[in-house]
Formats: sequence, structure tokens, C-alpha cells
Amino acid sequence: MKDMTLIDAVNNALFDAMAEDENIIVLGEDVGTNGGVFRATEGLQAEFGRERVIDTPLAESLISGMAIGLAAQGMKPVVEIQFMGFIYAAFDQFLCHAGRMRNRTRGRLTCPMVLRAPYGGGIHAPEHHSESTEAIFAHIPGIRVVIPSSPGRAYGLLLAAIRDPDPVVFLEPKRIYRLQTESVENNGQALPLDVCFTLREGSDVTLISWGAMLYETLQAADQLAEHNISAEVIDLATIKPIDKTTILSSIAKTGRCVIVSEAARSGGVASEIAAIIAEEGLMTLLAPVIRVSGYDTIMPLAKMEKYYMPSVAQIITAANKVMEF
Amino acid sequence: MNKNTVKIESTFRVGYTQYLDEAGRLSESLENFSIAGVSSELLVEFYRWMLFTRTFDCKAIALQRTGRLGTYASCLGQEAVGAAIGKAMREEDVFIQAYRETAAVLIRGVKPEEILMYWGGDERGMDFQGPREDMPCTIPIASQCCHAVGIGYAMKLRKEPRVAVVVCGDGATSKGDFYESVNAAGVWQLPLVFIINNNQWAISLPRDEQSSCETLAQKAIAGGVSCEQVDGNDVIACYIKIKAAIDRAREGQGPHLIETISYRLSDHTTADDASRYRDEENVGEAWQKEPMTRLRSLLMDELIIDHAAIELLEKECSDEIDAAVARYLAIAPASPTAMFEYLYETLPDHYLDQLEQVRSAILQEGEK
Repeated sequence: MKDMTLIDAVNNALFDAMAEDENIIVLGEDVGTNGGVFRATEGLQAEFGRERVIDTPLAESLISGMAIGLAAQGMKPVVEIQFMGFIYAAFDQFLCHAGRMRNRTRGRLTCPMVLRAPYGGGIHAPEHHSESTEAIFAHIPGIRVVIPSSPGRAYGLLLAAIRDPDPVVFLEPKRIYRLQTESVENNGQALPLDVCFTLREGSDVTLISWGAMLYETLQAADQLAEHNISAEVIDLATIKPIDKTTILSSIAKTGRCVIVSEAARSGGVASEIAAIIAEEGLMTLLAPVIRVSGYDTIMPLAKMEKYYMPSVAQIITAANKVMEF
Repeated sequence: MNKNTVKIESTFRVGYTQYLDEAGRLSESLENFSIAGVSSELLVEFYRWMLFTRTFDCKAIALQRTGRLGTYASCLGQEAVGAAIGKAMREEDVFIQAYRETAAVLIRGVKPEEILMYWGGDERGMDFQGPREDMPCTIPIASQCCHAVGIGYAMKLRKEPRVAVVVCGDGATSKGDFYESVNAAGVWQLPLVFIINNNQWAISLPRDEQSSCETLAQKAIAGGVSCEQVDGNDVIACYIKIKAAIDRAREGQGPHLIETISYRLSDHTTADDASRYRDEENVGEAWQKEPMTRLRSLLMDELIIDHAAIELLEKECSDEIDAAVARYLAIAPASPTAMFEYLYETLPDHYLDQLEQVRSAILQEGEK
């Protein structure tokens, strides 16, 4: 048991995974000597050596492509892409090869790799450092997309992602890297993938979110409770594949749903959840599903950023709207 | 400018090797090549594999034209580099192919019917039963170079005496993945041999519009990797140079890049019509340099084989390929549920209703 921030939890999970399995190697830009720009890989190179904690040349397609080769050779590469804004050069490899390797060789070769990247806005970062484009990855067959929302879930889900036999994109909400400290049982125990976590039980409205937005979502649930509205809060956690069962059974109970996402509204994960509910849970609904999200605009730079990010007030307004429908 | 103010930091040269010329003349006597492991027996093996590959290639196109194969990428004219790679590698090495290295793939133990399965639209073709660690063919250009870096890195990390050999085309050398890979292989001194099968054409774009570099090989110099050019229609030069590079890599001397200069005598694929963009004259000249005629001349001049032996080889190859085609055509189609079976190790619950949809579609089809 250790007090950890989310970034500490990532670091601890990497440490424990590498100690447990010598086939695990960490690679990326500045992950070695420097310990990563957010210090996620701090201390790993000193402990496990330069060959297993690799400072790569500055070339994202190479990094993700070489991880595919490493994985085909039985290694378990954990790649760090420095910021999600730089992940697109690695996307081609992930889409065209990582997600397809098992299928196109009929299981002869597989691709057990993890692609970690900090993502999301709200920290007044420079251009290309604040977007939430998880939906692009969620569209790729054959991979998983996982997003933790607390230190404990970061530790358990990252271990699960590393142990998973298929490729996983693990997106870390950098706004909450150091926002909260939590006591985490760092006993090498992984959390399950492909399932949502119900963070708070409620009976009137289901609030679904993931990553940093759960911070606002939980605050909204507290404030709604003060007005006698009982909100159930679900952490989606695995963005792909989506755990439909937990979502649909919660909607069956509450009849109302607000989905909170930092990403642009159209074509996003929130839209996918709304579609699942429309297809399979429509008759249990008492009100239309509402998405509280970022706008379909380019993520603004620091000065306008707060107008883009969904707020506690917006979530409460949406919850009230479905309550009053 | 005063020339004394210009300091030359480095100079580079790119060598070019040809031992067997277009007329089938060797640069020196055949015995002199025995030190490099080139025997009469090996030359016959080369010829047989090149013949086998060309016969296969011809058959594959015929199958496509008669609706029994999908789009197919011919390797006509590039049999020598494939045969050289196949014979220069050891079984435990890993081959990372593009999609035109048919001779190499066959020598490494992939069955002709497996290749046909893939181009015929059946994923099981890439589950080849021979070289289990070799990579499947790579359709997006140059991306396989990055995989090769990872494979070479794994071999070096585990201190294995193995080598990764990757092939890309001339067009691939314009892409970032190629440069990124050569650069990384240089940084880590990986046991990795890059081969550029320069067949002069990237679909319709000729070599001189692909790059203004005098050689494509020299692109390796920017990554700190040694390099050279070889006549890609000379199987002896290809073999000796590729083998030497593999041997050095195995001994820990790092990566190397070889540009083999050949010619794509066929269309890009069966879906292409090269007459739209290149002159017949150009192709006719290339036919004068193709790799099999010169090797056959050598074999006959050196009295290693005669007409009768060649006819026998032709019949053997043809019979073997006919048998492989018969096996290919007899393979029962996979169940459409296979598209879910290999998506993940364990199919997540999320997909179960989609799997059910396919199952009922199959049932409905059965009822018709």
C-alpha cells in the first residue's frame, strides 16, 4: 500500500511489470535517462538497464513499428508517445499492422504491445498538446483503448494492458496526473479490461464518463445529491471494446443518461454510447440521452481553453434537463 | 571562395558489383568463386528456384486472368534477388518481406499454395507452416522496415546469432519509415540487412522521378549504415554480397544496406496496365538484361547442365506447380466466423452479437 498520484501509479505499474517479466521493454523519446517528460518512466533505466529502457531516435512511426517487430519476436514492448498530439505518425503502424497481425496470420504472430500517451486538455499546454482523440483509436479493429481515471485504476489497468495478449492504446489523462493522491495497493494485481467501473450508485440518472472528466462528473454527482437527485457514475475505462452490459443495466435502472466527454462531439465515443443506448436500451429511457462534450472545433490554445472543456455546471444543467423532461 | 576555408568532413563512395554480365560471362573463372561458397551445385539450385518462381508467377497470372485468383503482384525479372536472399539466409534468421520476393519466400519454405491462398483472398495463406517467425507480406510501403528494426533489436537484446533481412522497393526509399528504420538500425548497430529491390518502377513512377540521388543505396549513409549497389539480375553477385552482409551482421558488425538493381518486367500488379506509362522499347531493353538467360548461358557454357537437363527441370517445376495449384483449388473456404476468431486472443463480449449476426447469415445462406 502506497500513496500515489496517477503518474506515480503508472511508474509503479511499469516497475512491477518489468520486474515480473524480463520480456517487457519500455521505449520512447526521453524515457531513459530523462525518465520521460512527465517522469512516468523515472528510475526504470537505472533499475533495468539501457537495453530494456530504450531512448529512441525522434521518430514515432519507427517507435510503434519497431514495437510490432519486437512483439512478433515474443517481447512485450511498452511504448511511450510523448504527447497524443504526436501519436498520428505512429497511427499508420498501429492501424495497418498492430491491430491486424493476429488476424492476418491466423494467430501465427501476435502483437502484445502497449502504446501509452498522455492526452487531454486543461493544463494550458502549447498547441498540439491538449486534444482528446481517443475515438480515432476506438475505431480500429483488433485493439483495445483503455483510459484510467484514478491512481488505483491507472496501476491496475496498466498492468492489465501490459499483460494483455493483444495491442492496447493506454491514454493517460495528464490533467489529473498529479491532481489527487490515493492509497494504492501495489501488489501486482491487475484490474479487468473490457468492463466499466461503477464509481457511485444512483437511481435517477446515469452519468457516464472517462479519464479526467470523471473529476467534474463526480463533483456534479455530489451537487446533484444536494438537490435530491441520485446520480449513478460510470467510469467507461475501456473505451474499446465498450462494456454494453453495465451501461444498459444502469440505464434500465435510472432511465436517464448524460455522457460526459472532453472530446469533440461528432463521431466520438460519447456518440457510440448514445447509439448503443438507442439501439438496445431505448424502451427503458425516460428522457433523451444528452452528450456534454467539447465542441466540434479545433482545441483552442490556453486563453480560451476553459470555454472548451465541459464544466461541472454543464453536467448539472444536462442532468436537470433529463430529470425535467 | 578560398578553397582552404572549405573543410571536407567526410567523403563517401557507393560500390557496385556485377560478376555475371548480360551475356553470361563471369568476371573471373568459376573456381575463383568457390571461396565465396559458389559451387556448380549452388548455381543449378539458383537456376531451379528462379525457374520455379517464374513458372509459379506465370501460373498465378493465368489463375488471376481466369478468375481463380485475386489481384496478384508479379515478380517477373526479379527472381535473382529473391533466390539469393533465400539461399543466403539461415533457417533461424527472420525474413521481413514486402510482396515481390517470391523466390526468397519459397526457398524459406512457404508453400506455393499458401502464396496463392493469400492472393486468392484467404488469410490462412499467411499462416504459413514453414518459417513460422517470418513476417507476413507487407502491402503498405516501407512500414516493414520498422518491424525489421524491432526484430533485429530483439535478436541483439537476447544475444542470439540471428539476422533480420528486410526488403523494400525503390519507391519505399522515399518514405519516412525507411529513413527512420535505417537511422535506428545505425544507432543500435542491429543485426539487420536492408535490401532495396530497385526494379525501376513504383507503379507508374520511374526511378529518376522517385529521387535525384545518384544511387538509392546512398540513403543509408545518412543513417550511418554502410551500403552498396549490386546488379540485381546477377544472382552470383546478389548472393555473395547479401551473404557477406548477413555474415557480418551475425558476427555483431551491424547493419548494411544493399540496393539490387533490376527491372519490373511485369505490370505493377494484375490490376495495372504498364503500357499507360512506359515504352515497350524500355521494357525490351530490360529483357536483354533479365537474370535467367545469363545464368542459363553460364551453366551451359561451363557444361554444368545441358538442354535435356533444362527441359527436365522445366517439367519438374511445372508439375510441382500444377500439383500446388490443384491443392490450392481444393482448399475448402474458411468459415466466415473466422473474422472474429483471430481478432483478439479471447473475443470480448462486446462482439458476441456481431458474431451471432454472421452465424445467422451463414445459416440463412445454407437454407437457400
